[in-house]
This record gives sequence, structure tokens and C-alpha cells, in this order.
Amino acid sequence: MSSYALFKKDLASELRTRYAINSLVMFIVVTISVILFSIGNEKISDFLSGGLFWVVIFFSAMSGLSRAFVSEEERGTTLTLQLIASPTTIFSGKLLFNLILVFAMNIVVALLYSALFDAFVIKNLSLFLYAFILGNIGIAIASTLIASIIAKASSKGTLYPVLSFPILLPLMLTLIDLTKQSMDTTTFSSSYIELAILGCYDVVMIAASYMLFDFIWKD
Amino acid sequence: MSSVEIRAENITKVFGRRLIFKDIDFSCKTNGIYGISGPNGSGKSTFLKIITGIISPTRGKVSHTFDGKEIDSDDLHNYIGYVAPYVVLYDEFSAVENIHFFSKIRGINFTQEKLDVLFQHFGLFDRKNDLVKGYSSGMKQRLKFIFALIHSPKILFFDEPTSNLDNSGKEKVYQTVKEESQNNIVIIASNEDSDLALCSTVLELQDYKKLITEN
Repeated sequence: MSSYALFKKDLASELRTRYAINSLVMFIVVTISVILFSIGNEKISDFLSGGLFWVVIFFSAMSGLSRAFVSEEERGTTLTLQLIASPTTIFSGKLLFNLILVFAMNIVVALLYSALFDAFVIKNLSLFLYAFILGNIGIAIASTLIASIIAKASSKGTLYPVLSFPILLPLMLTLIDLTKQSMDTTTFSSSYIELAILGCYDVVMIAASYMLFDFIWKD
Repeated sequence: MSSVEIRAENITKVFGRRLIFKDIDFSCKTNGIYGISGPNGSGKSTFLKIITGIISPTRGKVSHTFDGKEIDSDDLHNYIGYVAPYVVLYDEFSAVENIHFFSKIRGINFTQEKLDVLFQHFGLFDRKNDLVKGYSSGMKQRLKFIFALIHSPKILFFDEPTSNLDNSGKEKVYQTVKEESQNNIVIIASNEDSDLALCSTVLELQDYKKLITEN
């Protein structure tokens, strides 16, 4: 309940300050436009368009998701949060906010992408949806934890993607593979291993996050 | 009557190679006003943060008990009220919104009457719906007292409590400190003689700044 209250505080704050939403929207629009311009009249393969889809999502996440903790640190409200809630509550609230933000952002990206790229055709929609949901959860958990780590660093902007890349790499590679399979009429049963990898990634990340966050949060 | 106790044993804090203080023993066993004093940079705020559990000491142990039972570190924030120049409230919300959000996150309920009494007491009632962004530094300091008192904490930490306040604000703070000390522990960290005059005992941090001898 306390985590939900923190989520509501963050949502109200975001709607007033537009800290993350503006940068996310601009980033999505600019990235997709750049890809469209660079392709021009060329035909790109289906699989390449699937890979580019996750590239857009990765960099969009890097531009907006660190805000959960960085905005608190920049405004000096980190201590205030430490005075009103336990580390578990803080992490849960921030994670909930990032989950909503990731899902909203990626749904917009997916809709824009399928409208603008003819090559991006999903043939096995249920497989893609499973991958999309598990992938978004993984991105949200990992980026929330990394945001809490880099919030106290001096060069937050560059450190965030640099630190996120190795942690998100196994997730991204699996997601690209699953997207490729979902564009290739692969049956659901033959993708169980990749889906299991995504599920395991999410479980490991959430467990590691709650174990580590106490140490990250307290000096 | 229920009682809270704070016990800090052999507290040492070192930042990098710089010793802040060494081997401090500090305890608050009964309700009252306790003082922490020392010149700028002596570590008053650091010591307060250590005894509130916000940061860890390099060496030593801090324990908080309520009715003889150790308070879980995850629940400690509900026993503590904290006012300091470096506590920042959310500029984009009004004073009332700030207090409502904080209370919901804490998971506590308070009556509108109590909130109104506090806003009246600290002279912010007419401006309670204004955004904090538009507050002066003195008004923000007054709001921090409401933030610290709304959940009726058992331990109050006031770091430089009268900074940025005018004379009437200082009077309100001293009145609050005296009232709260009847039923709670109040710890004041300050250099102001008028602040420290309220305290029954004062810990002088300068006495704990021994040089580290290199072996």
C-alpha cells in the first residue's frame, strides 16, 4: 500500500514536471524518424526490422528510466524518502512506476513501428506478446536497479547506458531472437527455452534487486 | 507509559582518510531535550544521520528500543521526525499535498484537525494550498516541522532548527521543542546558544576529534 502511495506521488510529480515523459516521447520520435530517413526507399529484411525495434526500445529506456532515482537525487529529496519509508517500499514504488512507464512507452513504440515499417510483420502474435511482456518486466527491473546505483554518481548520463548494456544484453539478445521467431511462423512450443530464459532473467533480477537495494540505498 | 531508548556505542566515522569523530558513546533513556554541539564541519549532521540509521558508522553500533524491544530498521522511520536544512520537500506540490503524500507513503492516518492545528501553529494556514516552489526559505523551514510532527514520532531530531526563521518562528520552534520533550525524546544539533540552552545535556563533538595515529 505504501509502495502504491509512492507510485501515485511519482505519477503526480511526473504529470506536473514532465521529467521523463517529454524526453521519452522526443527520443522515440527522433529515433524512429532517423531510422526511416536512413532506410529511405531501401527494402530492409524482416529480421533486421525486428532487431532495430529492440534497439529503439533499449535506447528509449536509457533516456527516461533513470529518472526514477536521478530526479530525487538532483532535487535533494532522497533523504526525505529515506525518512518516510523503508528501502523495500521505495524500490517497490519506483519499480511500479518504471513498469507502467516501460509498458506505456513500448506499446507506443510497437504501434508506431508496425504502422511505419512494412517489414515488421508479426506472424505469431501470442509468442511476441509473451516475449514483449516478459521483456518489458525485465527491462523495468534492471533499469530501476541500475538507476538507483548511478543516481549518486557524477556522470549519470553516460554511466547509465554503459552499466545497463552488459546487464540487459542477455535479455536483449533473447528478445531479438524471440521477435525473429515470432516473425517466422515458429510454433509456440519450439520457443519454450527462450521464454524460460526471459522468465528466469526476471526472477533473478527481482531477487537480486531486493537483496541489493538495502545496501545501495543506505550510503 | 511506553518509552523509546537510543543507545550509540563507540561510534566512529571516517570519510576517506578524514576522521570526523571517534568513539562516541551517546544514549537517551528518558524523555527530554538532548543537545549536540560543535563548530562547522565537526560532524553534527553526520552524527544525527548515524543515530537515525540513515547512514552507517565506520565503527560502532546504534540501537533503538521501544518498550524494551529493538525497533526493526524497516520500521524506524515511523518513530522518527527529522528537521534539517538539507531535508527537501517537493516543490511541485502544495504544502498540504506534500504532507498527504508523505503520510500515505508512511501508511499513517491523521485527522484534518491535527493538520490544521499544525498549519495554524506554524503560521502557514493561509498559504497551505500554495506550491512549495513559491515558499520563502523560512516558510519551508516551518513546513519541515509539520512534516516532522504529523505522524506523532517518539524521537525528534532537529538539526539547526532555527535556521532561516524570524523571531516569531524561533519562538514557535522553542515552544514545540518544550511541548514535545514532555512525552518524547528531542535531540537538537546546533551552534546557537539559544537552541542549546533548552538542552539538559550537550554532547560536544569537538572532544571526539582525536587524530588517527598511523601504525
